Amino acid sequence: MADKVLMKGNEAIAEAAIIAGCRHYFGYPITPQTEVAAYMAKKMPKIGGVFLQAESEIAAINMVYGVSSAGKRVMTSSASPGISLKGEGLSYLAGSDLPALVVNVQRGGPGLGGIQPSQSDYFQATKGGGHGDYHLIVLTPSSVQEMADLTSLAFDLADKYRMPSMLLADGTMGQMMEPVVLPEDTVDPETIPATKPWATTGTQMKRAHNIVNSLYLKPDELEKTNYERFERYAKLEKEECRWEEYLMDDAEVCVVSVGITARVAKNAIVAARKEGIKVGMIRPITLYPFPKEPLAKAASKVKSFLTVELNMGQMNEDVKLAINCSKPVNMCNRVGGMIPSADEVLAAIRKEAK
Amino acid sequence: MTYETIMAGFGGQGLLFSGKVLAHAALIENKELSWLPSYGPEMRGGTCNCSVIVSDEPVGSPIIAHPNVLMVMNEPSLDKFEDTVAPGGTIFVDSALIGRKVRRTDVEVVYIPATQMAKDMEALSLANMIILGAIVEKLRCVNPDTIETALRETISARKASLLDLNLKAVAAGRAFIRG
Repeated sequence: MADKVLMKGNEAIAEAAIIAGCRHYFGYPITPQTEVAAYMAKKMPKIGGVFLQAESEIAAINMVYGVSSAGKRVMTSSASPGISLKGEGLSYLAGSDLPALVVNVQRGGPGLGGIQPSQSDYFQATKGGGHGDYHLIVLTPSSVQEMADLTSLAFDLADKYRMPSMLLADGTMGQMMEPVVLPEDTVDPETIPATKPWATTGTQMKRAHNIVNSLYLKPDELEKTNYERFERYAKLEKEECRWEEYLMDDAEVCVVSVGITARVAKNAIVAARKEGIKVGMIRPITLYPFPKEPLAKAASKVKSFLTVELNMGQMNEDVKLAINCSKPVNMCNRVGGMIPSADEVLAAIRKEAK
Repeated sequence: MTYETIMAGFGGQGLLFSGKVLAHAALIENKELSWLPSYGPEMRGGTCNCSVIVSDEPVGSPIIAHPNVLMVMNEPSLDKFEDTVAPGGTIFVDSALIGRKVRRTDVEVVYIPATQMAKDMEALSLANMIILGAIVEKLRCVNPDTIETALRETISARKASLLDLNLKAVAAGRAFIRG
């Protein structure tokens, strides 16, 4: 096994991206994700990669579009207000079926908001963000280890399904340090474009031109691209859901939480178990596709669900949908950069158990 | 045993760095750990703290509600965190910077004039390392000798010339506890 190293979550993303064969990074500084850019600025020139601080977030996402068209692994990162600016580009990437990694280390909103941790871009990430019928693959880490692991996975899934993926972290995950075992370096960045027959890699006068585009003026053609895309989404939903279950075997209360709040909830669950409360947790790792199946399964056994989140109830809605509102889905939440304490979550769990 | 440490004071006192050295020492000893900084618009002169958890068990939440180790390097930080310390915990107070005494009676308190000691060593900016030396000597949350290795591995190239002084500061903190 490789050695454990001590890294900030943001640095783990950057290093894991390089290991995954990403040699192009375009970004614009914003707290709390700036370490991603800082790490890339130091490292990329040394390994023949490109680090470019664009003139804006919008410019950066369009640079991503260009490099992805050429078949290379490419990424950008930002935090909430910056991701809003990238909305148009995200829709264009999705409409052109281009893989790329977009990192959002969320801060409190709306508007300029604050810089403390938040999970309030859940809807934006999972339900759109840009215009049109499309999805991003959305992965959400709950440790620095997962910041690295899910970065690798995000690149793999993006290439496999030809769609942009988003690593949706909260500010805490970006700022904290934990030991991490980095993935093995097995990807040769030079060989990736050849695996993408659609990429604009040059025809060598041997094949027809590849065209990367999202403009279809004939409605029947545009409809076809939409249908085709949603077939891929259906496959993604069937095959790529990921989640973690914690003490669910005998649970009567099911906590649903991600990121930093899942960590806080774990402490609260340990404390509640000591009081004899049968409580467990389902922690979604993919937010799109959302792990509906384990939640639906849990719904047949538990008395109620409790979402613990840093927003006004965005994931709460998806849990209700996943279980067809068959059980109460309550909430313990804080917003604006505040994080519920383990004691607050424990109090909410006690209420569920009554 | 789980050591939940909050290090707090003004920005510029090196609190994030002393936390990082402690975390790195825990990594070297293959312990479970997390390091979480306060991050905000404030930098030098503002309040600043970091939370370091060192444990034999996997770390749950990296956020510390009730530290059992508190290191404070200014009075606002003592005011803010004193009541949160778990009963039986230990508070390390830089008594050269903080005039008042700890009011709690259910915790152990170590008053160490770290900033004065650092001044005397002509290493004013290393009061943080003096207190870190005191913490590991007193609590053994990591082996005090591991701090030396951690410092060697953590100190940036730009500040490599300060390594010896850092080591001296840690040693001074340890010696203070041994008396």
